[in-house]
Amino acid sequence: MTDPTTSPSPVTTDGGAVIPRPRPGDPEITAEVVEAHGLSAEEYERVLGILSRTPTFTELGIFSAMWSEHCGYKNSKRLLMLLPTEAPWVIQGPGENAGVIDVGDGLALAFKIESHNHPSAVEPYQGAATGVGGILRDIFTMGARPIAVLDSLRFGDLDSGRNRYLFAGVVKGVGDYGNCVGIPNIGGEVFFDRAYDGNPLVNAMALGLMKREDLIKGEASGVGNPIMAVGARTGRDGIHGATFASEELSEDSDESSRPQVQVGDPFTEKLLLEASLELIRSGHIVGIQDMGAAGVTSSASEMAGRAGSGVELEMADVPVREEGMTPYEILLSESQERMLVAAKAGREDEVRKILAKWELEAEVIGAVTDDGYFRILEDGEVVANIPALPLTDGCPTYEREGIEGEDVKEARRRDLSPVLEPEGDLTEPFMRLMGSPNVASKRWIYDQYDTTVRTSTVVRPGSDAGVVRLRGTRRAIAATTDCNGRFCWLNPREGAKAAVAEAARNLVCSGALPTAITNNLNFGNPLKPHIYHQLREAVLGMAEACSLFETPVTGGNVSLFNETDGKAIYPTPVVGMVGILDDVDHATRAAFQVEGDSIILLGETSEEIGGSEYLYREHGEVAGEAPSVDLLAERRLQHAVLGMIQKGHIRSAHDCSEGGLAAALAESAVSGERALGVDVQLHARIAPVALFFGESTGRVILSCSADEESRVLEIARSHGVPAQLIGRVGGTASPFSIRAPRGSIEIPVETLRERYFGTLPELMAQTAAEEVR
Amino acid sequence: MKVAVITFPGSNCDYDCYQALKTLGGFEPEFRWHRDEKLGDVDAVLLPGGFSYGDYLRSGAIARFSPIMEAVVEFARAGGPVAGICNGFQILCESGLLPGALLPNESLLFRSYDVHIRVETVRTPFTSAYERHQVLRIPIAHGDGNFHADDETLAELEGDDRIVFRYVDADGSLTPEANPNGSAHHIAGIVNASRNVLGMMPHPERAVEPVLGSTDGAGLFTSLRRHLEGAMA
Repeated sequence: MTDPTTSPSPVTTDGGAVIPRPRPGDPEITAEVVEAHGLSAEEYERVLGILSRTPTFTELGIFSAMWSEHCGYKNSKRLLMLLPTEAPWVIQGPGENAGVIDVGDGLALAFKIESHNHPSAVEPYQGAATGVGGILRDIFTMGARPIAVLDSLRFGDLDSGRNRYLFAGVVKGVGDYGNCVGIPNIGGEVFFDRAYDGNPLVNAMALGLMKREDLIKGEASGVGNPIMAVGARTGRDGIHGATFASEELSEDSDESSRPQVQVGDPFTEKLLLEASLELIRSGHIVGIQDMGAAGVTSSASEMAGRAGSGVELEMADVPVREEGMTPYEILLSESQERMLVAAKAGREDEVRKILAKWELEAEVIGAVTDDGYFRILEDGEVVANIPALPLTDGCPTYEREGIEGEDVKEARRRDLSPVLEPEGDLTEPFMRLMGSPNVASKRWIYDQYDTTVRTSTVVRPGSDAGVVRLRGTRRAIAATTDCNGRFCWLNPREGAKAAVAEAARNLVCSGALPTAITNNLNFGNPLKPHIYHQLREAVLGMAEACSLFETPVTGGNVSLFNETDGKAIYPTPVVGMVGILDDVDHATRAAFQVEGDSIILLGETSEEIGGSEYLYREHGEVAGEAPSVDLLAERRLQHAVLGMIQKGHIRSAHDCSEGGLAAALAESAVSGERALGVDVQLHARIAPVALFFGESTGRVILSCSADEESRVLEIARSHGVPAQLIGRVGGTASPFSIRAPRGSIEIPVETLRERYFGTLPELMAQTAAEEVR
Repeated sequence: MKVAVITFPGSNCDYDCYQALKTLGGFEPEFRWHRDEKLGDVDAVLLPGGFSYGDYLRSGAIARFSPIMEAVVEFARAGGPVAGICNGFQILCESGLLPGALLPNESLLFRSYDVHIRVETVRTPFTSAYERHQVLRIPIAHGDGNFHADDETLAELEGDDRIVFRYVDADGSLTPEANPNGSAHHIAGIVNASRNVLGMMPHPERAVEPVLGSTDGAGLFTSLRRHLEGAMA
């Protein structure tokens, strides 16, 4: 700790006594100006209470950003407190730039997911690119080197040119940024449904690895320590992005909101990554934080808030790339690739030297104080002076009334028995289902992502979860993102449970023990009771499932107000889950491996079709009851599967999700190095539509050698898991054949393979490359 | 054997190359920074992949002007073995050590997956451990990998046995689908006239361990080791 008496910077101790002056030309603070800043009358009252005076225009901008949903979580905080966040292996829970868990061998894993939905709706390429940039910074500001990214995407249906444009632009943005920085993309998900028309979701997740002792936090401690702006210069882009992200979109958003979208520079990011990690290891700094949403304002006030200190910043010293920027603009700019660093006093030159090596700037813009104030100067004159803690933590939080929407109630009650009537040869609807972009291969996407850079990717995208080895150990890390928004719309509590269960199942099928999650809660406008109901129910479902699976929530992101012209997206609580493989050789894939192997189905198939892809594609409906989730049965299933993998009994494992059992079998059949036929006989006497295409949760398809068959069935039984031998893996020339008491599917495996891999490229060929830039 | 791995700002495969050399053994890899003016006492040079200086102008166009490149050119002209992988290939073309240019992929999309390449010549310091016409499975990951040169140059490359790798299908055939980026003559890698400078788009350093899915890239490094051992003996 620095002795304040020898501090090089002035330290004001009676911070509250300083009254900031309004700047010439500042608008008068009227009710309209307050409203335009997204603050309610009640919230403004609280601002007056905190300051004991009228805020200046600059201060109003600061409160607006910090008390937006994006930064302040005012509509979600009380619900988020219901989530389990602790476990012996959790090193850092929610509240920091990223969560951190212990992964053994003295190593720690930082990981987090974050949304860039609103910017991507307006400018898909930059919106998505900067989403990846932001989440990577969250990881390396913890002292961790990024080792993988995943992306969880939602769009409207691809028959619309606008949606294809958004999809193509987002994928290119995610790819270009991660590819340039050199971080492999190891998985994710994409889902298309009309509910996401005009409101695409772009959630990016990143994982980073560090030695435990290299963990550093976003704290500005040590009175007199200099605060330095590091990396790119500050411009006028993205001003008030956080507030923008906390509003509904309208038809006009497209043009008028472009200036609120930031522009990414992955090359500078790569330099910033290397410089930051070098800086952290150098011991010259005490804290570091990404200037993300709400820029300097949130990073500086949060760093002060966490340390219980204050900060004083001189706006004239902030390196800018445009002349004449006001403090208001500098404070709220969301220019990318910038960091705020609290250095040790006297080490400024060493910090500059490290940054200069990486062709970057570092400037002292202020200092840590002991008065608890967030104080902003312009040429020495105070223009804002706000107590830091009330600014970061004093945001009012709301618990609202939640009522289930009438439209959902009606959809749930819909009689789906006619849907279950078709029997006999169901090959045609099956092939249509395989041609749905929700079921078909996502290779068109991940062929644009570098998946093998860093030479540690063991399982690439296209299987149940991505796996990266931890060099120098036997261990590996698996990661996945999951959420079925339709299930969540029909029943947010069960849908959220299903998301956690599916994520855990995906990890287990890949050979990993599920360890922790990060979540991205994408919802509509929470001020509407039916949306608040969705949010509350989803959080409750997620809390229940995470507690049972012992996968605590270590952080995440909330994205509300995902509505266009009053129409909300499906509630989409995306689960990003990480797991640990004790031995990298346990890494298991979804694809069948060897002709003649036995195919075994674990879990129970119920006669349910509600919320399924089949119902949407064949009947255009999202209705019925979402599949029920039996968490205890799910846990038994996962224990059994992980045991089988660890003991080497099985050769492939794949969970059943969108498209049901038939689609899951098809994926295992065609996604290996060579497409293999299957010969499957099902015995359940339920309607074949439900049997083939229903999306009952808690099911896994395994393959094993005939020798292991009885042992695998025995292990399942000993765990109380329903298991049946349903058929055999065929050869490259065998058909894909499923027979059941009342229905059948039969198709040459090559035709199936072409449909599975050909669908997205064909759909996207309609989008000329020049549209995408 | 000392191998210099050059790091430009924006290189992102430098560490992967370093690790591949370590993993395969027999090498002492050392990083060289773009501002270094001397290579020092090294036996070979690797230019890794990435996006040097962001590649915002044209891939490799800025890197060729960095101080270290003068030393690399000098080393190459003196006959020292130099291999450029992906962005390294682009830099070698920009700096004039190799002919031709790498244009944006025909699809205009970044392409990242395993390709099959056929070893066209084993008469280089980088391919002597392979069999002629051996088919390798190795990842690519690039946006600008579409090799282009005028007809005269292409004829020279063909005639002088300087095409080192071509994109083929799993059976070794030159099918149009097997060409991931539109490269002339399916070219995935070439050498200079003195045969000591190799440029290739695929990433052999990503295919050196079974856990990564392929070991087909290892031969490139073992060839180099054998070549250097021979030179020292």
